[in-house]
Amino acid sequence: MSDTTIEPPVTAEPEAPVGYDDGQDHLGLVHHTATGLSNTKLAMWLFLGSECLLFGGLISTYMLYRNRQASAIGPDQLWDIPFTSATSFVLLMSSLTMVLAVSAAKRKDERGTRLWLTVTALLGGLFLAGQVYEFTVFYREGLGYTTSLFSSSFYTLTGFHGVHVAVGIIMLLSLVGMLAKGKIVGDKAETVEMVGLYWHFVDVVWIVIFTLVYLIPA
Amino acid sequence: MSAETTHSAVPAIDEKAAHDGSVAHEVSDKQYVVIALILAALTALEVAATEVGLGSILIPALLIMMAIKFFIVVSYFMHLKHDSGLFKFSFYAGLGGALVLYSVMLATFHFFIS
Repeated sequence: MSDTTIEPPVTAEPEAPVGYDDGQDHLGLVHHTATGLSNTKLAMWLFLGSECLLFGGLISTYMLYRNRQASAIGPDQLWDIPFTSATSFVLLMSSLTMVLAVSAAKRKDERGTRLWLTVTALLGGLFLAGQVYEFTVFYREGLGYTTSLFSSSFYTLTGFHGVHVAVGIIMLLSLVGMLAKGKIVGDKAETVEMVGLYWHFVDVVWIVIFTLVYLIPA
Repeated sequence: MSAETTHSAVPAIDEKAAHDGSVAHEVSDKQYVVIALILAALTALEVAATEVGLGSILIPALLIMMAIKFFIVVSYFMHLKHDSGLFKFSFYAGLGGALVLYSVMLATFHFFIS
């Protein structure tokens, strides 16, 4: 047998800059993992898939109980659609600023990334402030957490979403701080994208809540 | 980022990427703004439809607009449209599972006929 083996031609792979190899599979980058994909990104998508089940449960519970009011206070008496539309618009625009942050991170524009992340956190804070104001108004109108099945399911659903927004804001501000101090280990653009995926998911959940809870008449 | 994950910037012609159906795709910032404006317009349309009252088609119309907004954000802002099939499966399996599970649950409580 010949000791000569045929080796496949070796082609040099272009190396991505250290710290900015963004792992963007939709851009055609390959990861040397078992799946050839980023494990971090796969874990995030699996987490978001499981979150669909969590919010699905909360939304369907609300849909079941939306007409179960002990008193006369129900959705039709409480909702302020123009106000909620404005806060929904704010959250929708925060998704735009988030995607601009991811885009800036891919361009290695660290200043732009920090700027858009900060704007996203501010818009998220504005949305959260609107939700707190709304809850305060409802409470003053006599809608407590235990007033009725409707109120319990409403506060639980929107409260859970609000907590997710609050966690997102903490993640965004932490990311801004870590970027400023250069404490991100590894791929910066991928880290920004992971926070972005979470943030967009929070927005997507609100798109569903806004329609099913506020716009569709009880 | 996981320690075992290393990367190489290989173009979309890579075999694995081609197998996953992921292709090199870059959306510009201007396109993101246009997408956001479409989302804002759809939200305005939803609110207008509720205010005007479309009768029996109101709920289907709202659900369709909601679904369009949902898939626009997931496809373009979350880049799932041009991403790996495994990522799509991970998310849509959860979403589909939730839809089936809770539809059955709601049907059990006679939600759709009451």
